Amino acid sequence: MFIGAIGCEPLQLRRVSLERSRTLDVYRRNGGYEALRKVLDGMSPDDVIGEVKKSALRGRGGAGFPTGMKWSFVPKDSPKARYVVCNADESEPGTFKDRYLMERDPHLLIEGMLIAGYALGARVNYIYTRGEYRYLIEIMDEALEEARTAGLLGDRVLGTDFNCEIYTHTGAGAYICGEETALLNSLEGLRGHPRMKPPFPAVAGLYGCPTVVNNVETLTAVPDIIKMGGDAYKALGTEKSGGTKLWSVSGHVARPGVYELPMGYDDMEKFIMEDCQGITNGRQLKAVIPGGSSVYIMPAEDIIGRDVRMDYEGLVAAGSMVGSGGFIVLDDTVDVFESTKNLTEFYKHESCGWCTPCREGTDWLVKVFKRIESGGGRPDDAQLLLDIVDNIEGKSFCPLGDAAAWPIQSAIKKFPEDFRRHISNGASGDGGKEGLPTA
Amino acid sequence: MSQQFTPNNPLPQEAKVPPKMAVFPPEVEAEIERHLAKYPVKRSAILPLMFIVQRERGGYLDPPGVAYLADRLGVRITDIWEVATFYSMINTEPVGRYHFQICRTLSCKILGAGKITEQCTKRLGIKPGETNDDGTFSLSEVECLGSCGTAPMMQIGFDYYENLTTEKVDELIEKCKSGELSNGVR
Repeated sequence: MFIGAIGCEPLQLRRVSLERSRTLDVYRRNGGYEALRKVLDGMSPDDVIGEVKKSALRGRGGAGFPTGMKWSFVPKDSPKARYVVCNADESEPGTFKDRYLMERDPHLLIEGMLIAGYALGARVNYIYTRGEYRYLIEIMDEALEEARTAGLLGDRVLGTDFNCEIYTHTGAGAYICGEETALLNSLEGLRGHPRMKPPFPAVAGLYGCPTVVNNVETLTAVPDIIKMGGDAYKALGTEKSGGTKLWSVSGHVARPGVYELPMGYDDMEKFIMEDCQGITNGRQLKAVIPGGSSVYIMPAEDIIGRDVRMDYEGLVAAGSMVGSGGFIVLDDTVDVFESTKNLTEFYKHESCGWCTPCREGTDWLVKVFKRIESGGGRPDDAQLLLDIVDNIEGKSFCPLGDAAAWPIQSAIKKFPEDFRRHISNGASGDGGKEGLPTA
Repeated sequence: MSQQFTPNNPLPQEAKVPPKMAVFPPEVEAEIERHLAKYPVKRSAILPLMFIVQRERGGYLDPPGVAYLADRLGVRITDIWEVATFYSMINTEPVGRYHFQICRTLSCKILGAGKITEQCTKRLGIKPGETNDDGTFSLSEVECLGSCGTAPMMQIGFDYYENLTTEKVDELIEKCKSGELSNGVR
């Protein structure tokens, strides 16, 4: 598996290939904790937030919300404690970048969190890691202990009067806990149900206190933004999408891996065919799911010869989204009906059950998929799927419902033949085996 | 009357017969204390503590383990069940000593997860969702474990095994049978 940068100097992946990259010693010898020193030596919290705003950094977990703006929502006059919570619940199918950041460069995350803690006035902070990533929690605990011993964490950070503590926390197998309010409920020891917004976490988050929840990749971008300045960071990417982005590449490519690309990388075809070394076994490209399982699927004809720029605007123009950057490549052996069924089963399993459209809707979707697969397809089944999806999208309590809806909408639109083939297998037969209504 | 409390039939806190409570050795208590010290609210430690209790109680939250958690965290037994039944990694029933958890989601699926599951079924004699008779192996299909670039993959306990082939699966199973391989529980 490849880990590295293409089209730019490695920034977030600068140290990942060094020997003993996870140790404090190697981190410090390679520019580590210089940004924290710079912040504590004379930047005010507002200066820090200002640089992050200038950088045009957008949340790398999937939603792409401007990070500086999120930070500026934390009320300055609140008498309550504030919290920075790192979202390391990486669970979006196709996404595995945070894992390697934490595995190879844990101090980068610690430094990013310390700077965020300083900017937001947070003194106790948590890293919420998905339960399956236990080995990463162990790596982070070790790095935190190293930082504590070196005076970088705890009371009087680097000899200043800034106090800041960071603790690891474990999830226990729930995709929904990547949604920030569900994550906060989980961190409070509750079921991981999302909360009503507003109030947003910046105002009332963990324990009802102002809280900023940021993804690992977002927080690990912060030290470089401080070191080089927000403008310089932004200039690595485009006007609206600053800096670099990590893409987790999997599926039918010769060289899967974690790729750091400048925002606005030109273009997706070159990325797949040259950087990722093309499709395996001499097959043809059929489709790409570029931003994690929730985004619209892109057929090859929307990529080949289309000059798709890899950034927020470029992907929207091409009919999809950056999302988490979980880039799943599908060759022409893949049946998009089956791949969509696979993802729908994922969403059904991960629906938290809190709201009816998502809980019932994802269950019905899977039932219809199974009926079609078992030969019980009916002529209007594609429309039935779209109708169910229409009752979920925009009507669920949190974005998981939309995430379940989008893959189906785009798959039926872009690959109607794959659906038609399965549906027509049973269309002339005796109808469904589960007796579902057709509309 | 025997004590019955399950997720569907929780024992009320005010029940006359208090459930038997698990007792842990001092080093485990110290580990629990370290987790509790992280949070201003005890209940926040519920998931880390559940992992410890299930590790110490044979792989799942048995009734004395649940009673311990409720007491330690100052919550009701129903609160423990409420949380335990939400999270897929918290076991409310016994699992085998080696828990094979095979990723079934898209990237693993298109790169041969099905064959890996088949091989496990063939070699272990159990289907996904089952535990074998002597309790050595459990087999599960699970959702994306963030190992898509090294697919197909599975977790045994907390340990990752990536870029799997049927030969590698055979090897792993042999090592489990000989006790050479850690069961990845910690």
